[in-house]
Amino acid sequence: MGSLRWRALLAAFVIFLALIHVLPSIPSVRNSSLGALLPGDEIGLGLDLKGGIHLTLGVDLDAALSNAVTSIGQDLRLEAREKKILVLRPRLLDSRRLEFTLLKQEQRAELDELLGSRFATMQIISAEDGGNGQLRYVLGVTPDYVKYLQDLTMDQALKTIRNRIDQFGVAEPDIRKQQGNRIIVQLPGLDDPKRAINIIGRTAHLEFKLVDDGADVQAAVAGTVPAESELAYMQDKRGTSEVKTPIVLKSEVVLTGEYITDANVQFDSYGQAYVGMNFNARGSRIFEEVTGANIKKRLAIVLDGTVHSAPVIQDRIGGGRASITGQFTTEEAHDLAVVLRAGSLPAPVNILEERSVGPSLGQESIDKGMMAALIGGLLVVVFMSIYYRRAGLIAAFEIILDIFLILAGLAAFGATLTLPGIAGIILTLGMAVDANVLIYERIREELRHGESVAAAINNGFSRATQTIIDSNVTTIIAAVILYQFGTGPVRGFAVTLTLGILASMFTAIFVSRIFFDSWLARRQPGTQPSI
Amino acid sequence: MSFEIIKRDTNIDFVGMRKYAYVLSAALLLAGFLSLVVKGGPQYGIDFAGGFNVQVKFSQAVELDQIRQALDSPAMTGLVVQDFGDAGDNEVLLRASFSEQTANDVRAAVESGLTSAFPGVTHEVQRLEMVGPKVGADLREKALQAIFYAVLLIATYISGRFEQKWMVAGLMAAGLASVVYVLELLSAPMSLSVIVATIAALILCVVLRLKYALGAIVALIHDVMIPLGLFSLLNKDVDLTIIAALLTIVGYSLNDTIIIYDRIRENIRAKVSPSLDVVINKSVNQTMSRTLITAGTTFMAVFSLYIFGGGVIHDFALTMLVGVVAGTYSSVFVGAPILAFFKPRIDIDERVEKATA
Repeated sequence: MGSLRWRALLAAFVIFLALIHVLPSIPSVRNSSLGALLPGDEIGLGLDLKGGIHLTLGVDLDAALSNAVTSIGQDLRLEAREKKILVLRPRLLDSRRLEFTLLKQEQRAELDELLGSRFATMQIISAEDGGNGQLRYVLGVTPDYVKYLQDLTMDQALKTIRNRIDQFGVAEPDIRKQQGNRIIVQLPGLDDPKRAINIIGRTAHLEFKLVDDGADVQAAVAGTVPAESELAYMQDKRGTSEVKTPIVLKSEVVLTGEYITDANVQFDSYGQAYVGMNFNARGSRIFEEVTGANIKKRLAIVLDGTVHSAPVIQDRIGGGRASITGQFTTEEAHDLAVVLRAGSLPAPVNILEERSVGPSLGQESIDKGMMAALIGGLLVVVFMSIYYRRAGLIAAFEIILDIFLILAGLAAFGATLTLPGIAGIILTLGMAVDANVLIYERIREELRHGESVAAAINNGFSRATQTIIDSNVTTIIAAVILYQFGTGPVRGFAVTLTLGILASMFTAIFVSRIFFDSWLARRQPGTQPSI
Repeated sequence: MSFEIIKRDTNIDFVGMRKYAYVLSAALLLAGFLSLVVKGGPQYGIDFAGGFNVQVKFSQAVELDQIRQALDSPAMTGLVVQDFGDAGDNEVLLRASFSEQTANDVRAAVESGLTSAFPGVTHEVQRLEMVGPKVGADLREKALQAIFYAVLLIATYISGRFEQKWMVAGLMAAGLASVVYVLELLSAPMSLSVIVATIAALILCVVLRLKYALGAIVALIHDVMIPLGLFSLLNKDVDLTIIAALLTIVGYSLNDTIIIYDRIRENIRAKVSPSLDVVINKSVNQTMSRTLITAGTTFMAVFSLYIFGGGVIHDFALTMLVGVVAGTYSSVFVGAPILAFFKPRIDIDERVEKATA
């Protein structure tokens, strides 16, 4: 009898624990004085229920490598020139290999020494005779440096994206690195996905280049571009359509966006929005030198390969301020300022996967899920009560308890409830009675075999328990595997399914037994159980 | 006396009926399989094939054909327009295959196309999903791996639990896992490796005489193939949620199978009869009422999800519904009778006696 009391207390304690975990998820309770005493964890809703955007981004690590190898090639040419070693224009074979020609074979030892001392991140793959006393070198990036560079690029990309989202202002964003080159971004409850994605995905690589006014633009479009120059297009809005005008720029980058300390939206006297930028000390100095040396020439402002404007330099510009003009709407100017402030991405970022759900659909999913749960639950409860009479009522009570325990488990683990998660709960409604049915059928069987009521109940529980545990292991295996290999929503399903199975085992085996034992204790001799 | 579905002395000869059951199962599997072969595999949804899903809600009913004409643009390659959700919701689901367009391009194309084609009808993009080819390939791989490992772990568990052959089962699992690993190194497609591994598992079960595991794996293949075949016949997309449903079915169906196996084991120990056929029949009959009640309540819950749960979860619920029926049937008519496949005499394994006494 003592054990019964303890078991009842334990069950009550579990229910109490569940209660304090579930209550904070009810808004009216959370905001009351009671809410202050309760633990702070509430059940989060998945993006498919509250609306929002889920993005999988792929950082183009090869492009980052190519950039690094290209700049190594440029450095190599400059350093070799200082040492009077003649190296012909280095070029990229692929993202990890650099090719160049040494003009005079006799300088080989000098060059190798230079490579060994100043360019330890590159290995010599081959140095073949290229005829005319030349040597054709192929260098490759060392694996260590590749790894270092990839990690660095990922960290920078993550930081930049975080910065941008923080500046844009989203409540509770979730940004995390995944294996390889992937970054997952989750933004709950956004009503303008287009804009958010533009901000996140834009490389925002800002460059200042001088315009090559001497070049023939027509010839450049036809394919003949002067050496050390390149063809670009200037973007211009006329009303709603965009016009692209060809323009020839000097290839040399005179200044980049990395010196920007601040960027903000400003308005000219016509009320037209533009973006003002401030440079740091070093950037200001470079900008002053460049503008001073190129008065009356045009300086192009290139953002992600497109020329935004190319104003004529009227005078040396000091003070480290510059501006980007264009026919911006206020919103566009604001977003551009955000990405410039947050810094450019170290490499292009591609959107590999996007899933956005509007808030109205999310609410609809919740309502429909609730409806399905209510009706499904009602059907099961009514059936059990009719079929097993009073024992059926116990089972029905336990189904409600199971759902309650699942919700408590979700809150305690800080898991999110997703639409498949709701499906998992509904499935549990049907499957949870299985444990009860196994026990009850067993008890009926034992009674038929002429066992005494107490023995029948005892045997029913003990024999069915083994079967219940055996049979539930497979569903748990399936759920664990789903969790392991699944993504967001499917994981939510796996979690609710597992919690549901554990809860149903606890209630059917442990809680039911308390009811039966207390009934046995109060039983008049000769009465039959209602089962 | 209490309410009963199954009368207590019911004794249906399930083992005797197994030939008919096998013919029925084979017919169902063959229909699905033929459909799969003719259509070149399952019809993958965007999770696995890559592409766009756009769910749009209109303020009033619109003709699907008009939508098709309105959106016929390069941004929407391979456009498919379907009704979605309940009647009267005025919701449509647009599907396009993956192209060089970004999700924002597609969004813009849908917005402008619908606005100009249906003046006076407001529409709202409720959901937009874009899965690139890379992610699609990853998800395909993951889904197949999930199914494979589920089969592996469950077979191991069943052999260990029912025949005390933990070592043998463990070796089998390790062998299969390494086969798949090697195939992966040879960069064979994952689907091929899973098929090879599953066939290898069946052969190993026969060779190692793991009769319980064999029954479970056969039942499992049966339960996964029937909904897949049905989806192929109905031209429905197989997506991530469908795979989740299939794996749940696997768990559910085995749950049934194991309960029957448990009873078989118990009856073998109780020396109910020297003939395995009699023992299997008795066990299936004894557990029949439980089988039907649980299948019934699960069916009720899932049916309610199917009817009231809304469009997004519709196919998931359908898979579960088919699976509950197929799973229950396979436990009774496939999983249990297959134990008699080895024509075993019941020689009670002393180790089993000791281990579980």
